[in-house]
Amino acid sequence: MTSILNVILYILTFLSVYVQVFFFVTFLENRKKIIIRNSKTKLISYPSVTIVVPCWNEEGTVAKTVHSLLDLDYPQDKVKIFLINDGSTDDTKNVIDKFAEIPNIKVFHKENGGKFTALNLGLEKSETDFFGCLDADSFVDPEALVRIMSYFEKDSLTMAVAPAVVVHNPRSIVQFAQQTDYSMGLFFKKMLGFLGAINVTPGPFTIFRKKVFNDLGPYKHAHSTEDMEIAYRMQKHNYKIENCNDAFVYTNTPETIKKLYKQRLRWIYGFLNNTLDYRGVLFRRKYGNFALFTLPMGVISIFSVSYLFGKIVYDVGHFFYFKVLQFKAVGFNFKVSNFNFDPFFINTESFIFLIIVVYSLVMFAILFGRKMAKEKNIFSLNMLYFFPIFGIVAPLWFLKAIYNTILSRKPSWR
Amino acid sequence: MNNNIDWKKYLIVLLITTGLFFTAIYLSNYFGDKKINQLKTIQDQIAIDILSSETQFSLLSELSCKNISDAVFSSELAELGNKLEWSQENLGATSEVSYLKKYYSLLQIKDYLLAKRISARCGVKSAFILYFYTTAVNCTLCQEESLVLSTLRAKYPELRVYSFDYSTDLSAVTSMLQIYKIKDTALPAMVIDDSVFSGFQTLENLEAYIKGSFKLQESATPAGNSKSSPAKSL
Repeated sequence: MTSILNVILYILTFLSVYVQVFFFVTFLENRKKIIIRNSKTKLISYPSVTIVVPCWNEEGTVAKTVHSLLDLDYPQDKVKIFLINDGSTDDTKNVIDKFAEIPNIKVFHKENGGKFTALNLGLEKSETDFFGCLDADSFVDPEALVRIMSYFEKDSLTMAVAPAVVVHNPRSIVQFAQQTDYSMGLFFKKMLGFLGAINVTPGPFTIFRKKVFNDLGPYKHAHSTEDMEIAYRMQKHNYKIENCNDAFVYTNTPETIKKLYKQRLRWIYGFLNNTLDYRGVLFRRKYGNFALFTLPMGVISIFSVSYLFGKIVYDVGHFFYFKVLQFKAVGFNFKVSNFNFDPFFINTESFIFLIIVVYSLVMFAILFGRKMAKEKNIFSLNMLYFFPIFGIVAPLWFLKAIYNTILSRKPSWR
Repeated sequence: MNNNIDWKKYLIVLLITTGLFFTAIYLSNYFGDKKINQLKTIQDQIAIDILSSETQFSLLSELSCKNISDAVFSSELAELGNKLEWSQENLGATSEVSYLKKYYSLLQIKDYLLAKRISARCGVKSAFILYFYTTAVNCTLCQEESLVLSTLRAKYPELRVYSFDYSTDLSAVTSMLQIYKIKDTALPAMVIDDSVFSGFQTLENLEAYIKGSFKLQESATPAGNSKSSPAKSL
């Protein structure tokens, strides 16, 4: 039994090292292409863009979201803003109705049907060649749209451009942990962009060519992760998705562990189920790095983190078992041995060296991501909150997502 | 478009990862070997110490207890025991570790015999426990007993505990098992002053027994006796 567990451990470790080295090699290949612009970006032409803001009980943040859109450094007559109230039960209706008088803003009210229905209503009403969404808990940087549009101008084959989502004004430890996670995400998403293998076009401010929806159809429910499903669908049809690393979108993040858990559970559940729905593309050459790297990598990460968590729980359990045994055997009589550091007792299993490699590469991703996010203090100690919080809680939502997936899939297996 | 797969990169990354894997295995083996060598060095040192004390003891015979080196009474043997136990758990039960374990058992027996002789002749206050345990099966009581003995050893420096793994394939250990009629079903087992105790013994029981043994020794060696403990005289 122990040897089987060890074999699994080494296979997962090997794959985890592979994934991190793959990212690092991709970085070395493309490092000169990572441009972080500081000055104002100019375009040859400014095409019209429709931005849909789906709102469901967002009375507190939606006004700020709309103002950030109105402040975009882009000709305002080219930005069509649709505020869609998806059956809110709070004061959202009144808040957004106040914006109805602004010429480039249209307000819609509908019965609650879920975010994807609000987006589809926006799609239906939009008349522009470009279409995007901005979640009502996020705000855009004034330069975001023009920078994103520069990618479309550069390459007519680019079908969608994802922004750089960063955490808005982190205050709690949980938010600082997420800030690190998002910074790391900036790095990984840019790398996936180079590989043509992006699997999420985030709800906050990904801009699409309208052609995508004309060709592939509207948004779907997709296990409450419609922004992931549309990316999968695009990848399946070889539609190019880019990542614009300097188009910043600031998003409000859950401030408590419980809310974070719920959000991530939905994401991971969405990832697993969309991957299962699109299992036909897995490992198929014609779907490129998306099929050969992104999807297997995601699955490997979920299993590796969960397995490592299991191992840590086992080791901690073993430690306490020993302490209980010690108490049972000698009560309070045990002598606290003087701490004599003897390097002999340092664990030198090969597994340890490989974990050091993985963590060093992850650390590099975090630091480079923070540089990309233009963090003032790249080496801020706040980023260290990431390790305990995600190390302990992430495996829980991973395991729960796996569990829920098995439960929800059960009937179809019969 | 997106479906350009750079196979060369997949291969290069595979090679780098494999390289890292083998480097990790190499490093692990390198440090493992270093640890084994360290154990060997400690064992050789202890062997020399014991041999030297034995020789010294034979040479001087009963002439003077003062000159008996207390090297054999060092804690090195216990430290070696800890390291061996750790190695067995963490480096795996390799042939080298089990060889070192046999050697260690033999050194313990030699140390026991010598220490007992010195103690008898020179009236050193001491107590000996021969402790038999097993690692072949999951023996929780053995783990508990080991903790009890470690606690006692820390409390009474004069107490010498010799631990023997029942499954050690060494004739000297087998002989001891036969002498004291120790069965693998009755582990943990201990031999104190030629009495055999089977099963778990509590800290209080053993402590009372050891204290009793010390008292006997003290009454046998009246105060002011010129024979002092070699451990104290040096």
